[in-house]
Amino acid sequence: MTHRGSRVLHVGSLSRVEGEGALRLHVHDRTVTEARLEIYEPPRFFEAFLRGRSYTEPPDITARVCGICPVAYQMSACAAIEDACGVEVDPAIRDLRRLLYCGEWIESQALHIYLLHAPDFLGHPSAIDLARTHRAEVERGLRLKKAGNDIMELVGGRAVHPINVRLGGFHRAPARTELRPLREELQRALDDAWETVRWVAGFDFPEARTDADLLALAEADTYAIEGGTPTVLRADGSRGSFPVGQFTDHVSETHVAHSTALHSRLDGRLHLTGSLARFAVSGSLLSPVALEAAVAAGLGDPREGAVCRNPFRSILVRAVEVVYAVGEALRIIDGYEPPASPYTEVPPVAGVGHGATEAPRGVLYHRYEIDADGLVADATMVPPTAQNQGAIEDDLRRMAQAAIGERDPDDDELTALCERAIRNHDPCISCSTHFLDLTVVRTSGPTTGGHRA
Amino acid sequence: MAPKLAVFKLASCDGCQLTLLDCEDELLALAGEVEIAHFLEATSTVQPGPYDLSLVEGSVTTPSDAERIRQIRAASRHLVTIGACATAGGIQALRNFADVDEYRRTVYAHPEYIETLATSTPVSAHVDVDFELRGCPIDRRQLIEVLTAFLAGRKPDIPDHSVCFECKRRGTVCVTVAHGTPCLGPVTHAGCGALCPAYHRGCFGCFGPSGSVNLPALIPVLRRDGMDDDAVERFLHTFNAPAFEKEMGK
Repeated sequence: MTHRGSRVLHVGSLSRVEGEGALRLHVHDRTVTEARLEIYEPPRFFEAFLRGRSYTEPPDITARVCGICPVAYQMSACAAIEDACGVEVDPAIRDLRRLLYCGEWIESQALHIYLLHAPDFLGHPSAIDLARTHRAEVERGLRLKKAGNDIMELVGGRAVHPINVRLGGFHRAPARTELRPLREELQRALDDAWETVRWVAGFDFPEARTDADLLALAEADTYAIEGGTPTVLRADGSRGSFPVGQFTDHVSETHVAHSTALHSRLDGRLHLTGSLARFAVSGSLLSPVALEAAVAAGLGDPREGAVCRNPFRSILVRAVEVVYAVGEALRIIDGYEPPASPYTEVPPVAGVGHGATEAPRGVLYHRYEIDADGLVADATMVPPTAQNQGAIEDDLRRMAQAAIGERDPDDDELTALCERAIRNHDPCISCSTHFLDLTVVRTSGPTTGGHRA
Repeated sequence: MAPKLAVFKLASCDGCQLTLLDCEDELLALAGEVEIAHFLEATSTVQPGPYDLSLVEGSVTTPSDAERIRQIRAASRHLVTIGACATAGGIQALRNFADVDEYRRTVYAHPEYIETLATSTPVSAHVDVDFELRGCPIDRRQLIEVLTAFLAGRKPDIPDHSVCFECKRRGTVCVTVAHGTPCLGPVTHAGCGALCPAYHRGCFGCFGPSGSVNLPALIPVLRRDGMDDDAVERFLHTFNAPAFEKEMGK
């Protein structure tokens, strides 16, 4: 196909992503003039109706932002409110939280690998179609996903919107004997996770590179999941960090016309959070078995500085993270002693608290202001997909430009490529739509667009 | 020909449609019984209607969704709503008791970009619904029962008694009687398997009101167990707020 002047490519409803979005690409004389991920998910106003609720309620309420990563919302809410109230939980409770979170990581990453992402690499419209030719693999993915859900059901009460989480810990801590049946299942899951690494390592990966800053939480001695310090690895290899309480000083959100989700910048630059960022920031702290998996996956050894910046290869990092999370779950179960009390008391204190944890798709930040009556006066949530939206659009523009420059593909091929560029980041569109902290000063961000989608 | 199954989403968290993908043991067997004609979260294949069975998650909160649900109804032989959002308006229905313009200004820098209705309403407020499956989120076992029933052409066996029945069946000690814990179990629709009391907490009403509820009789018990008027109101005003409001005769 040769020059066709201007054309507009519009995909009305993205598939195999969570939530609802569309993409729009403007091409003029083989130049991409605009690439937009449009999030048209209806606004749900969580930050507005959280005001006036009891400070004990956000863990249950914010879980409902996202059915795919409810534990992330519960854990970030608990962390922020406990910070406001000046409470640190017992280490045994922290372990149990990490176990629950491992369940969500395994479930969510397996969902993305097998049901949303792998069909792209193998030319199928869905995992169900994929099962016609790769039945054993899809069954393995479902089994792995189930292992994650079983952790969530046992520790959290249920897989979607767990009911056992409360401020300070849990309503009820499981007995050692209750966790025992999970052990056998997780041993099997460890084999399945390894097989997953080998399977996805054989996929064909297009060349691509993101230069966005990579933002992930970091801890001193472990791969960060349920806490840590926001840490940035920039494209030039430099590293920096800032306290979680300064999150919105660095990550600023702007509201653009074409999206009900907000766009973020990290100190004025595009940034990416999620598996690639975690691997880049904390990869050297993966367990020995997960490090072995990373090398087997062809990602290199993060102890020697290996970083992956190809978004198509995020599926490999996810697979390594599943190996890690299954191993962590086994480690925690093996060392588990029920805490003396399932929760630490968290009496209300008027003040402001901040909390961030690593949702499967990246850093999820919460901030709450609590008043003297123990009611929420103000709430802010910055979800990972809203942070990633700018970097996703950058990928879209770059990949579409490269393809058009090379061979000018037809609309179907270009659409498929753009959809893949978006799915690489496992966007959770349901949770990215909402939310804005009006106290953020947006002078450094880009100006808002002038027309509506 | 295999019946055509479609899954649609309005304003919601995706959790109820995820529950279908969480049927790990049954998913491939189910996929052998139906043709998945529209399910954006799971497949890029999008077939036009008519559909034999459409599952709808989420509530109606925008003018375009109000139109879309009419189109979905017109294209569907059977329409089943899944979850608290689709059957009662969901958590986002808290705007029904507030000033939505104020909400818009609170959350968005440019409220003028945001098109939204002043209310979040259940699907049944807009079109006829063949069956409503409760829950925030729905229960996987109940979902399979509903799918099986519709595929077999029979009525789903989903009892509308309260969570209390499930506690008794499970052998869970009553948290209100034994510990004075406020619990909405007596007025909440069964379906979760009485999860919360089994985890030592009171039911907080994810499944909305059960059949034949006496909600006014429960209020003094909640007060006795330490809740003031505001706390009682918040307790009822969460995931199924408009449904409980109706039960109070408001």
